[in-house]
Amino acid sequence: MKFRRLVFANLFRKKVRTLLTLGSFAVALFLFGLLFVVRGAFSQGIEVAGADRLVIINRVSIIQPLPLAYKERLLRMPGVKVVAFSSWFGGVYQDERNFFPQIAIDPENQRAAYPEFLIPEEQWQAFLTDREACIAGASLAERFHWKIGDRIPIRGTIYGGTWEFNLRGIYRGQRPQDDTTQFWFHWKLLDERARFNKGFVGWYVLRIQNPDDAAGLVKTIDAQFANSPWETKTETEKAFAASWIKQMGNIEFLILVIGGVVFFTLLLVTGNTMAISVRERTSEFAVLKALGFSDRFVLGLVMVESLVIALIGGGLGLGLAKLYTFGGDPTGGMLPYFYLAPVAILYGLGIAALVGVVSGILPAYSAMRLRVVDALRRV
Amino acid sequence: MVRIDGSGNGDSLICARDLDKKYLRGSEEIHVLQGLNLEVGQGEFVAFMGPSGSGKSTLLNLLGGLDVPSAGTITVAGESIASMSAQKLTAWRARHVGFVFQMYNLIPVLNAFENVELPLLLTNLSKAERRRHVETALAIVGLTGRLRHYPRQLSGGEEQRVGIARAIVSDPTFLLCDEPTGDLDRKSADEVMAIISSLVHDYGKTVLLVTHDPMVAECAQVVLHLEKGALIEAVRVGSKP
Repeated sequence: MKFRRLVFANLFRKKVRTLLTLGSFAVALFLFGLLFVVRGAFSQGIEVAGADRLVIINRVSIIQPLPLAYKERLLRMPGVKVVAFSSWFGGVYQDERNFFPQIAIDPENQRAAYPEFLIPEEQWQAFLTDREACIAGASLAERFHWKIGDRIPIRGTIYGGTWEFNLRGIYRGQRPQDDTTQFWFHWKLLDERARFNKGFVGWYVLRIQNPDDAAGLVKTIDAQFANSPWETKTETEKAFAASWIKQMGNIEFLILVIGGVVFFTLLLVTGNTMAISVRERTSEFAVLKALGFSDRFVLGLVMVESLVIALIGGGLGLGLAKLYTFGGDPTGGMLPYFYLAPVAILYGLGIAALVGVVSGILPAYSAMRLRVVDALRRV
Repeated sequence: MVRIDGSGNGDSLICARDLDKKYLRGSEEIHVLQGLNLEVGQGEFVAFMGPSGSGKSTLLNLLGGLDVPSAGTITVAGESIASMSAQKLTAWRARHVGFVFQMYNLIPVLNAFENVELPLLLTNLSKAERRRHVETALAIVGLTGRLRHYPRQLSGGEEQRVGIARAIVSDPTFLLCDEPTGDLDRKSADEVMAIISSLVHDYGKTVLLVTHDPMVAECAQVVLHLEKGALIEAVRVGSKP
């Protein structure tokens, strides 16, 4: 602690340079934070997927339907606890930019299939008794300032016409990362009003007794419906979410490449700054050594300075990223889970510290190796 | 008593015997010091004079443990330093040597108090004890009113006085002053030399000083002349207190 003044005094020696270096770290870590948020948003489905849930879609494609009649056959399979189904509606609320998923649900089994979504009992009952009722996720309702009792018109793009719904409930997630941007309404309403696909559903969601049986059940289900007009493709919810993300490209790879380039550049910038700083202070290091400060102390001093810059700048960038996420999804619904997790902040600080240490190593080593006599002669 | 002929029995505070220092410049070997003998007793004030390149600063560097001799021995207070490891030598310097540099070499981002406090950061003294030592050292050099001033806010003479306070704050065994007035005007130089003389006369400090200025050398008790790496003459100019 008694050397604290020595470290901080040196940081403020060249204020503009220190601010610019701090700024480099802040910008880089802000970007890192946002990349992490986007990655999290894309992979949210994987992270929150239930280990005991299977998803069944049409083997040809997810846009091909499956018969409602499969429900009873699925329920009879050993190990299957709950069978729920849903259909994609794909409508537009006011403007196409206001995207959010509208899903026709099976009210009988929705809550059993997705216990992580919480809705007050009286709101649920109100939903059940109104065939034009709908339920919105909390962040969706907040986004459009909806309140219970509002009449919400949705223009159908697949099914045509304007569909009006009564908002009867608002659900919340048990965990912060649960998706609360969905819009649910009765599948029966869709089935009655639709001019096609009557008696068909978009996909099934199964809850099973034992997650360890998932692999066996996947095979059994697909075998059951093989060679039928509507063959199935069954996956665990995790695998389903992962394959969905893959269709959008390798987000992880993109993040790694962008992050790698940014941090390599940062390494060069900081390394150069520290090298200049050490060169400017050659005589001071020589004096410190003459006074009895050891080579290791000088090495440590430069390393700590580099580390402090990295952590302050990095912390600033991550703090700004966190603040930015408080504003919510800036894409208007494409990234419903726009959240910088504490673990990402820890990763960010770890990376900042690593860059600080690596960029400080060479200048610190040269300061350590400095011979007092040579350095003083140069003054 | 100062001796340069190697005739002493080696029990002086500082004792250098058969000191050699060679450098390699390319393939050429340069002898900076050759077979130098020196003994300096406790409380003595010795000035080294000589032309540039005569080895004055090199001798000071060897005696201060900043460099190691090519041959010969150096003993300070009975402790041989010529064969010490770099690590031990660093710790030894902190305990025994106070350096005063020509260019003051203060840390510009630290104020006078903090600059003087630097050597004490290597000790186990408490913050309050460090404060007391620093205030005492700055009082000795007459800068009690300049504690919070940064080097850029001080005159050259004041900077050098802070440098002297830094050199004495840990009460080292001896002081090495490398042209301490070389960058000062006459008035400031006189003030600085008055302080250094006072350290010898009033506090019993041992001082070894390099200078080109005969007036500065006159403040010392003994002036030693170096030429081509050898001590050729010892002139007693003052009396030992």
